[in-house]
Amino acid sequence: MSALLQLADGAAWSWNPAEDLRQMWAFPFMVNAFRAGTIVAVTAGVMGWFMVLRRQSFAGHTLAVVGFPGASGAVLVGVGATYGYFAFCVAAALVIAAVPRGGRSGGVQESALTGTVQAFLLACGFLFTALYKGLLGGTTSLLFGSFLGITTRQVWVLLAVAAAVLAALAVIGRPLLFASVDPDVAAARGVPVRSLSTAFLVLLGAAAAGTSQITGTLLVFALLVMPAATAQALTARPGPGLLLSAAVAVAVTWLGLTVAYFTPYPIGFWVTTFAFGCNVLARAGAFAAGRLRAGTPAPLPAAGGAA
Amino acid sequence: MARQGTSPEPVSAAAPVVALQDVAVRVGGRTLWSGVDLRVGAGEFVAVLGPNGVGKSTLVKVLLGVQPAHEGRVRVLGGAPGRAGERVGYLPQRRSFDASLRMRGTDVVRLGWDGDRWGVPLPRSRARRAARKRIAEVIERVGAAGYAHRPIGQCSGGEQQRLLIAQALVRRPELLLLDEPLDSLDLPNQAAVASLIGRICREEGVTVVMVAHDVNPILSRLDRVVYLAEGGAVSGPPAEVITSETLTRLYRTPVEVLRTSDGRLVVVGQPEAPARHSDRHADRHTGRDGGPA
Repeated sequence: MSALLQLADGAAWSWNPAEDLRQMWAFPFMVNAFRAGTIVAVTAGVMGWFMVLRRQSFAGHTLAVVGFPGASGAVLVGVGATYGYFAFCVAAALVIAAVPRGGRSGGVQESALTGTVQAFLLACGFLFTALYKGLLGGTTSLLFGSFLGITTRQVWVLLAVAAAVLAALAVIGRPLLFASVDPDVAAARGVPVRSLSTAFLVLLGAAAAGTSQITGTLLVFALLVMPAATAQALTARPGPGLLLSAAVAVAVTWLGLTVAYFTPYPIGFWVTTFAFGCNVLARAGAFAAGRLRAGTPAPLPAAGGAA
Repeated sequence: MARQGTSPEPVSAAAPVVALQDVAVRVGGRTLWSGVDLRVGAGEFVAVLGPNGVGKSTLVKVLLGVQPAHEGRVRVLGGAPGRAGERVGYLPQRRSFDASLRMRGTDVVRLGWDGDRWGVPLPRSRARRAARKRIAEVIERVGAAGYAHRPIGQCSGGEQQRLLIAQALVRRPELLLLDEPLDSLDLPNQAAVASLIGRICREEGVTVVMVAHDVNPILSRLDRVVYLAEGGAVSGPPAEVITSETLTRLYRTPVEVLRTSDGRLVVVGQPEAPARHSDRHADRHTGRDGGPA
């Protein structure tokens, strides 16, 4: 926690951006935080785009929450939190994929089951942090994120996982899109819809585990949902949408890290706030553009009436 | 059982696109229909008719290879069903896209072109230009050019249906399987989509097998109909199958086929199948006893 003390001393915004950045990046932990944040943001932006399209946000949230007992349990037994996140999230993805889906009413049952298990695992994580007395303030940073103490080793692990996730997604991307939008026709054309659904959940588990390490398990949506929702509000094209989602995720992460460094308030709050701001702006913009387009032929502004 | 050879099968010179021989299907331990014989030649337009819940969609699934036949022989495009890949275009029973789905109509059509391929397409390649050209062409063909760039969730039911027909057509299939494509469209759209399907069949030589709830919008274009009943089926030209005598024999209960002054056929007294599937058809299951054929 010595970094925190250094922060309290040295971090003051000087209104000279070059100088401020140089000062911030003089700390190796800040450089690692930017590296890890960028890797995680790109993965979350891309995976989140598919998650929002597939309406699997609840599954994404569950996977992230499962990372909490994973991380705190790993710290308790003396393994790095990183490994706990990945092991638990990917295992949970396999469990969710294995639960059989019984038609349309199966969704309700599934969400009740997932909710039950999610609450129990959250409680387990709380127990693990209570048992591990040495983890000062650990619960808060596991749940709401932290950018302190990211090691170079951790950055490499995140990079390796992100590269694997994005490579796998590049291979299955088109059939996954087909299966997400139009499962019946995709199945008739020989796309393995069930297997792709499992593969997607595993990749989502890995992405959620990575994201948790920056935003905390409870704020993963800041990078997993908000940039994707922002991108989808602005464009209905798959390619540009994916790029935009990743770009928004990276931008809010960099902004969040910078502002968190210069203020006493936590990273999770800033990243979420900037992502939320982007989303509100995008929706307002899309709404205004729609209104403008609908209103053009009508002479009276009130006659425009965007639906 | 209730199968009649109402007409000699006009055997086409080439191998049939679809050939069913004494096929029966069981779903959940119940035989939906049995003894179905059908030969569909290239370029023919065939309608699958019958009361709700009789297993019309199941027949399409058998042709797709998604549902195995319990007995009999099924051949599609000269092979086992499900092996023909993109040579078969499929339009499932009414799907309407969620209004919030952010995908353009063009992108949905494009999924029909290369959505089953793995890996990332190369930017600016010749394949990509060919894809763009064909997609624009097929969208023009179905008359969807005016709204294909809009998110598909914001298109009307008729517009979505045209885009989905474009998706089914984009790989130039030899056989088009359509499951109630006119369902839940208003009358002008029903007529327009029916004439579009008829034109595609006639002008491009695509064989069409279409499940229909109401035969009237497509009656004038049909080469052949398959009438399914619990247990059996009749197939043949519509003028021979959709008659009081044939349907009375098929259902073993008095059924009357009336012709209205504008040439529409109305089937009266056709029994409903057991209500096992009524949840799926609940919205249009009421008051159908004297409905159209």
